[in-house]
Amino acid sequence: MITVEGLSKTFQGATKGTVVQAVTDLSLNVAEGEVFGFLGPNGAGKTTTVRMLCALIAPTRGRAAVNGHEVGRDDQAIRRTVGILTETPGLYDRLSAEANLRVFAELYDVPDPAAAVKRYLGLLGLWERRHDAAGSFSKGMRQKLAIARALLHEPRVLFLDEPTSGLDPEAARLVREFITELRGEGRTIFLTTHNLDEADRLCDRIGIFKTRLMAVDTPAALRRTLYGRQVVFHLARLDPAWVDAVAALPTVQEARAVDQRLIVRLESPEENNPVILRRLIALGADVQFVGELRHSLEDIYLRFVNHDAEARS
Amino acid sequence: MKHIRTLIAKEWAEVFQNRIVVFTVGALPLLLALLPLGILLTMRGTTLGGGETSDLPPSMIKACGAIAIGDCFQIFLLNQFLPLFMMMPLFIPIAIASYSIVGEKTTRSLEPLLATPITTEELLAGKALAAVIPAVLATWGSFVIFLIGLPLVGASSPALLTALSPTWFAATLLIGPLVSVLAVIFALMVSSRVNDPRVAEQISGVLIVPVLGLVFGQLAGVLVLNLQLMLTVAAGLAVIDVILVFFGARLFQREVILTRWK
Ligand SMILES: Nc1ncnc2c1ncn2[C@@H]1O[C@H](COP(=O)(O)OP(=O)(O)O)[C@@H](O)[C@H]1O
Ligand SMILES: [Mg+2]
Repeated sequence: MITVEGLSKTFQGATKGTVVQAVTDLSLNVAEGEVFGFLGPNGAGKTTTVRMLCALIAPTRGRAAVNGHEVGRDDQAIRRTVGILTETPGLYDRLSAEANLRVFAELYDVPDPAAAVKRYLGLLGLWERRHDAAGSFSKGMRQKLAIARALLHEPRVLFLDEPTSGLDPEAARLVREFITELRGEGRTIFLTTHNLDEADRLCDRIGIFKTRLMAVDTPAALRRTLYGRQVVFHLARLDPAWVDAVAALPTVQEARAVDQRLIVRLESPEENNPVILRRLIALGADVQFVGELRHSLEDIYLRFVNHDAEARS
Repeated sequence: MKHIRTLIAKEWAEVFQNRIVVFTVGALPLLLALLPLGILLTMRGTTLGGGETSDLPPSMIKACGAIAIGDCFQIFLLNQFLPLFMMMPLFIPIAIASYSIVGEKTTRSLEPLLATPITTEELLAGKALAAVIPAVLATWGSFVIFLIGLPLVGASSPALLTALSPTWFAATLLIGPLVSVLAVIFALMVSSRVNDPRVAEQISGVLIVPVLGLVFGQLAGVLVLNLQLMLTVAAGLAVIDVILVFFGARLFQREVILTRWK
């Protein structure tokens, strides 16, 4: 659905002669029906990437195709078949909710504009307020109206640029629920966010991005590849010699002590935990608890972004 | 065409909620039709009997030829009002376009619009026509009111004939639309660079200077607004319009509109 190869974008900087490298050498594939999370801090180049993929701005280098249409060659086809929720809703504040959608239904050449407008006003719970000016809406309602606008022409691929940023928790929850529903309809969704929790909950795969793509995988696999699986043994007292003894076991990849806890990295804990446990008991340890150490996506993200910052300094 | 119609309808629905725009398009042309009529009405008594040739520039007296001096004075007065009908198609599109573009910028509504399959040409044509159509209609409406009012305020028949002459029709029917096209493209360029509609209006307002040149040129007796002058002005405007449309289309590309208009 979305294929990207070596995509780069440079902007002219604020002072003449300088350049801003917003996106560098991005390569990526998003499959049909997938919800892809594009995760990165502010200024990472997320919006720039979305704009390139929606044929709003031209890439400096590289190529990309959306829905089988090449960016830069079939731009009109791309615009017809993708939907975009822009970073700011950009509604016509003086026009009613209905009039806002009507304009876009017509510009997208929707066969029956009135029906499409009605359907999406209803789906997003805005039908009762259809005659009210968009300017009078709360932030959450504005965002919903903007989402409705992106869906009028039934796009196969949907780009959502920070769909919940700036919303109160309740409105953000409603928007997330709606995205989950959309996903059920088999649409391909490319979602940018700087909210880790959101990416973790909504997305099939996540790309960690800060000008360059630093990692792409499922949330679970990202945790695993970075940290392996880790088990914590809480002990009443920890003898440093036990750490080496456990580390010497064939299936253990790494063992380290943190306070009175022994942290062990290993494959398939289900099979190997009992072995370690027996060994520890044989050594005379009092084991109080055993648990799996789960890393949050936040750890992963911070690790990448900090690594990047260190590499630069 | 359908996209342009949609866009024009949207522009009007939005921009005519602005009181300044409504005043500029609705009330001002009416005032500018009534004001000269009022002046003609009050001047009626003072000019007919008189005949103070010293008040008129020599070029005007020459142009009047055999026409009675009182009537000549009325024609002279009338000619001072002609530039008004060339100013209206200038400031109306400036007001509309300034509010429209700056409005899009403050609500950031250009990006979703540019994401639709509307072409850049359709977008610019829609924006431009949304400003040009009301300007031309308001100017013509104002002119019609003026023409109807002339006999009512006691204009002499030579004066009436002047207002119905090819010179006047060239000014309103030909120069009006040409001026408004120039004004709207200029205003689009200016308002894409500034963030306050009033500033955009004021900067675009420099276009009024050449029209004022006509007014003062005439008062000073350097110019007589005749058909030849009108046609020359129209031809000049047509050339400038073509150049502006050409440059505008190159200047306003999708990415430029999106990233520079802020
Ligand atoms: N039109 C532009 N001109 C110059 N620099 C830009 C432009 N758009 C974005 N940038 C710069 O590119 C970088 C990435 O911006 P953006 O894509 O908006 O990031 P994000 O959406 O991840 O917050 C930033 O440094 C930003 O200042
Ligand atoms: Mg952004």
